Amino acid sequence: MKDFFRSTGVICALPVVVLLLLVFIAPLFLVFGFSFVPARTFDLFSIPTLDNYQSIVTDTYYISFGWSLFLAFLAVVILFLICYPLAFAMAKVFGRFSIVITMAVVISLLVSENIRLFGWVLVLMKGGVFLGYLEHWFAVELESWLYGAPIIIFGLVYVYLPFMLFPLTLGISMIPNELRQAASDLGAGRWTIFREVDLPLAMPGILIGCMLTFVLCAGAMAEAKVLGGSKVLTMADEIETAFTYKQNWPLGSALSVILIVTVAGIALFTLRTIDLDRILGKTR
Amino acid sequence: MQESNVILQLRNVTKTFGDFVAIRDVNLDIYDGEFLTIVGPSGSGKTTMIRLLVGMDKPTEGDIHLKNIRINDVPANKRPTCMVFQSLALFPHRTVGQNIEFPLKIRGDDSSSRKDRAMDLIRLLQLPENYYSKNVMKCSGGERQRVALARALAFDPEILFFDEPLSSIDFRLRKTLEKELKDIHRRTGKTFVYITHSLEEAMVMSDRIAVLRQGEFVQIGSPDDIYNQPKNQFVSEFMGEVNVFPVEVREDGSLHCSEVDAVFACPSPHQIPGSRGSLVVRPEAIRFLEPGEQCSSSLDGAVFNEYSLGSRMQYNVQVADKMITVEKLREQRYEGDFDRSVSIGWDIEDSVLLDITD
Repeated sequence: MKDFFRSTGVICALPVVVLLLLVFIAPLFLVFGFSFVPARTFDLFSIPTLDNYQSIVTDTYYISFGWSLFLAFLAVVILFLICYPLAFAMAKVFGRFSIVITMAVVISLLVSENIRLFGWVLVLMKGGVFLGYLEHWFAVELESWLYGAPIIIFGLVYVYLPFMLFPLTLGISMIPNELRQAASDLGAGRWTIFREVDLPLAMPGILIGCMLTFVLCAGAMAEAKVLGGSKVLTMADEIETAFTYKQNWPLGSALSVILIVTVAGIALFTLRTIDLDRILGKTR
Repeated sequence: MQESNVILQLRNVTKTFGDFVAIRDVNLDIYDGEFLTIVGPSGSGKTTMIRLLVGMDKPTEGDIHLKNIRINDVPANKRPTCMVFQSLALFPHRTVGQNIEFPLKIRGDDSSSRKDRAMDLIRLLQLPENYYSKNVMKCSGGERQRVALARALAFDPEILFFDEPLSSIDFRLRKTLEKELKDIHRRTGKTFVYITHSLEEAMVMSDRIAVLRQGEFVQIGSPDDIYNQPKNQFVSEFMGEVNVFPVEVREDGSLHCSEVDAVFACPSPHQIPGSRGSLVVRPEAIRFLEPGEQCSSSLDGAVFNEYSLGSRMQYNVQVADKMITVEKLREQRYEGDFDRSVSIGWDIEDSVLLDITD
């Protein structure tokens, strides 16, 4: 045990471990602890109670919980359908030109998410850039598309596109071209090659992309608030309200724990089915 | 072999990439059931050739006929031919059995007949039967070769193409697999077309060899033809170590080599005096002469060094400034000392006069 603490690796890793424990793990434990504190109190050392969880179950939180998961799920599906062809083209067709797309996507990340979302509000609001000019030039008056579930999904897809696109591109670029040629040579058509070769071999990238975007979407709040105008309450929204407006930390903590456990459960389940080593190229 | 036996025919096939001519006006007949090897150094157009044959590329000019049907524009997945890739291109996420069954699955065979066929092939290629459910990436290099071959055979192609599948295998295993491939060829009776850069490999396996150089066939013939009657110096040197003497034809029809200042008998008579060429003599055709022994072509020199090649011994004999390679069976090895003067010589029929120019 003494030797263990003397090894160079452990000594070098120690500062990072301490930092992670303090700023990453500790707050989570704090949240976990607060979820068992009586409602609307701030004493971490009071007698533990399950009241918060009970009130969540009896209240209507399941609606926002359902919305969060549903919006995230739908956004992931749409993201996959949009990104797969694009990622395939970037990995196998565009060649050097794909750097242009990469740059375009990365540059959009340099601007804060909220600013980009408010930009969309200006474009889509009634009398805004799009509808305003439409009315001005063609005298067509349309209802604004803002404030509803579809525009939230649009926002999620828009904001989290890079997180699906890049893992997919990586996954698809790992498929050797010769495998596709061999399959074709053995008589396989395009659809069979997609099903039998592309899809299974790109699966690590696909799963990582889906998992990443799902976790991000499930915890997203800005899209629902800015674009959705809080017409749809998401879980992240409820948690924020509990911590701030309601001044009910224990309730907010309990809500957080439920969200974390659910999303982490889904993520871990997905991770177990893929071999991360293969993605990092350790085998072969 | 008759015309009716031709299964694949190339007629005046040319393939260009921009200004670069990869294949230039090539004709080739491939006979049903033969083992043909196309051999050439890197950059000779081997890869382009096989891509044309398999259907991954279309010829710029000329026609490819399979059993008298023009197939220029038929893509690879619609052709009844199949290729074993250099990288083997096995599906890494599948078992040995699933890899072999892939073409059968596409054809729509039911699972029990697929498995029967896969097991037949596993036995034919002498893989252990329990490999059926083994992941293909856990197999060794030689085993993967066999799986790739089994998968191609499962497709039941009219012609089976090989794109240097043995090039990444170590020497000893490669020797075994070469012979194995020839045995499989005999067992199945399929047409095999093999591409390689090693003429040695081609010699071991093929019924016929086509030597490719800069997009053209230099010589097409049996291994014997290629070995004993090479059409030019390129072919003879490609086969391995040979002795090449630049010579000039003299008035009396004999050959003079200024490099070693000697006169040799000419193997192909009626040459025009004054023309130049290369006299090629294989190392094993040269022998050490006993004192007083006469020979149609002989040279005086000294043994510089010897090398053991296992069953054979090789010698470098220095004549003037030229090193001449001589090869003997171990039992017939040279017993004398280095640097002592020796006479070497060869019979007229063991030499070939090539690349004659006026």
